Amino acid sequence: MKKSIWIVLALLLVIPGLLFTASCTKKTLKADIETMKDKPKEAPAPPPPAPAPAPAPAPAPVVQRVPEPVKTSAEEIRAREKAAAMQTLMNEDVYFDYDSAALAPAAQEVLKKKAVSLGKYSDVSITVEGHCDERGTNEYNLALGERRAESAKNFLIDLGLAASRFRTVSYGEEKPIDTGHNEEAWAKNRRAHFVVK
Amino acid sequence: MTVFRYLIVLVTTYISFVLPASSLAGYDYIDINSPFLRKIPIAVPVFGTDNANDTSMQLSKKASDMLSGMLDFTGYFKMLDRSSFIEDPAKTKSGVSNIYFPNWTAVGAELLVSGDLQVKGGVLEIELRLFDTIKAGQLIGKKYSAGVDDLRDIIKRFSGEIIYYLTGNRGIFDSQIAFVSGGSGNKEIYLCEFDGSNISQFTRNRAITLFPAWSSDGRWIAYTSYIKGKPDLYIVNVKDRSMSVVANKGINITPAWVPGKFELGATLSYSGDQDIYLLTGTGKVIKKLTNESGSDVSPTWSPDGKKMAFVSSRCGTPQVYIQDIETGHAERITFYGKYNTQPNWSPKGDKIAYSGMTGGRHNIYTIGLDGKDPVQLTNNAGDNESPSWSPDGSLIVFSSTREGPARIFVMTAFGTDQRRLLAISGEQTNPKWSPGLINKEP
Repeated sequence: MKKSIWIVLALLLVIPGLLFTASCTKKTLKADIETMKDKPKEAPAPPPPAPAPAPAPAPAPVVQRVPEPVKTSAEEIRAREKAAAMQTLMNEDVYFDYDSAALAPAAQEVLKKKAVSLGKYSDVSITVEGHCDERGTNEYNLALGERRAESAKNFLIDLGLAASRFRTVSYGEEKPIDTGHNEEAWAKNRRAHFVVK
Repeated sequence: MTVFRYLIVLVTTYISFVLPASSLAGYDYIDINSPFLRKIPIAVPVFGTDNANDTSMQLSKKASDMLSGMLDFTGYFKMLDRSSFIEDPAKTKSGVSNIYFPNWTAVGAELLVSGDLQVKGGVLEIELRLFDTIKAGQLIGKKYSAGVDDLRDIIKRFSGEIIYYLTGNRGIFDSQIAFVSGGSGNKEIYLCEFDGSNISQFTRNRAITLFPAWSSDGRWIAYTSYIKGKPDLYIVNVKDRSMSVVANKGINITPAWVPGKFELGATLSYSGDQDIYLLTGTGKVIKKLTNESGSDVSPTWSPDGKKMAFVSSRCGTPQVYIQDIETGHAERITFYGKYNTQPNWSPKGDKIAYSGMTGGRHNIYTIGLDGKDPVQLTNNAGDNESPSWSPDGSLIVFSSTREGPARIFVMTAFGTDQRRLLAISGEQTNPKWSPGLINKEP
């Protein structure tokens, strides 16, 4: 009799113990993802900003200290999927032809993918950055960068997304992602880049 | 820049002319139409001093070298080599009666500068004279008294007197140049004197800062900066740093002050189109100047403020247009090449400098107001952009990548004497020449 009580007790202690251990790991992973999301996009050339901020104090922890393990992991899964979708959204730039803000078919495909993500996660707001390659002059490139950002933004609005979710910023040729002086580098710099706010 | 403490007591001494002034009046020393076609040979020997001590002698040499450098900078003169001089005015007290002009014409000099310098109890006294060696007469004679630290100011003043006498223009010696440099880790605005000396950092925004623009009284600089994470316009008082901000959504870029007024033109896009607006000096919109679809950027004003040149993509490619402010009518003036931007209107009023890109390379051009016959000033020397005229319209400052990293260069209005102005860490771009008479107390 005593033995079985001890076994039950042991299980009662061990199982929640396992649950809590597992959830701590998940908590860290979520914080890591948020840190990556919050880290400012930096150009390679200037010295990097101060070391990445410590993982943000975890907002209202997804892990509820409530004995409902099934619901908790579904929310966590959803959060992880959202984070991954946002990461993809930020990683994939929209590219433009030289001296143009027009959206080629390939660019439109990239934007349509983003529209799907943004449609699914309707609470997300976006800053669309417009960039240019180094040819051309700084002044005109600032104007062109804005036209590119607006072009991408308007395409998404035309697909039905709310205009209030978007901001645009032009960086002209000031923040190249590739500082090379060749066609390959220039093509990479002629871009609209999305940042999740 | 530094406040000039004027301890200078200017005593004008016109010592007896050998020839009456009227006979010199009709002589054109510098042909205004082709001022750089023939450089005037001028001799600037080491100045003399009564005090035979080292300090005075060093100061004499420094003063004469400084003057020589400033005159050389203008591009009007051929500075003669001192080692060829027959006579050494340092050894004889200066004054018309003591100069044997044939010794100077013999080495090819048409103009001669002589100086006498004394340091008495911390006070610097210097007499400077300009002579015409062929007509054997004095043209200018000035006496200055100031602190030893004010030597450069004195030399600038006298250089200005020389240029004024020869060209009728006050010249450039009081002017400054603003430019952008990235050496601190961000693009910031820096200032320097007309010849690239005394460089100082003007902004410490720690954010991308671009497009410095001087007001015509030299008291304000407007620029674009990403301090708030987007391109906003800042209008800053050079002395006390008070400022106004124009932070509409969209771009707030390319400011250009209206001559003689506390107003500026700038490109704003908050209305949905990129147009040029007229703003007060505190950033309030007065009116919208351009209205066509397409990008309108980079305004620059005629000296009388009645016309504005700017860049527009309204015909499909960026080209330079001139707009009459009163009628609002705009005409295109550049038809050569598919990418013409960065116009800058000469203070003389008759020409516009701009950068044109052909074959992937940028070069500086000047063009008349009617758009006929653009003249290419740079060639085969990297990318040359962002031209800005000196306040007397004789020189153009610009950025060039001919040495690799972008550097500030200067050349005459005709494209001759291209030389680098300065080099500091990072790349230097977007130079803007101030108006004349910076920091002069009224």
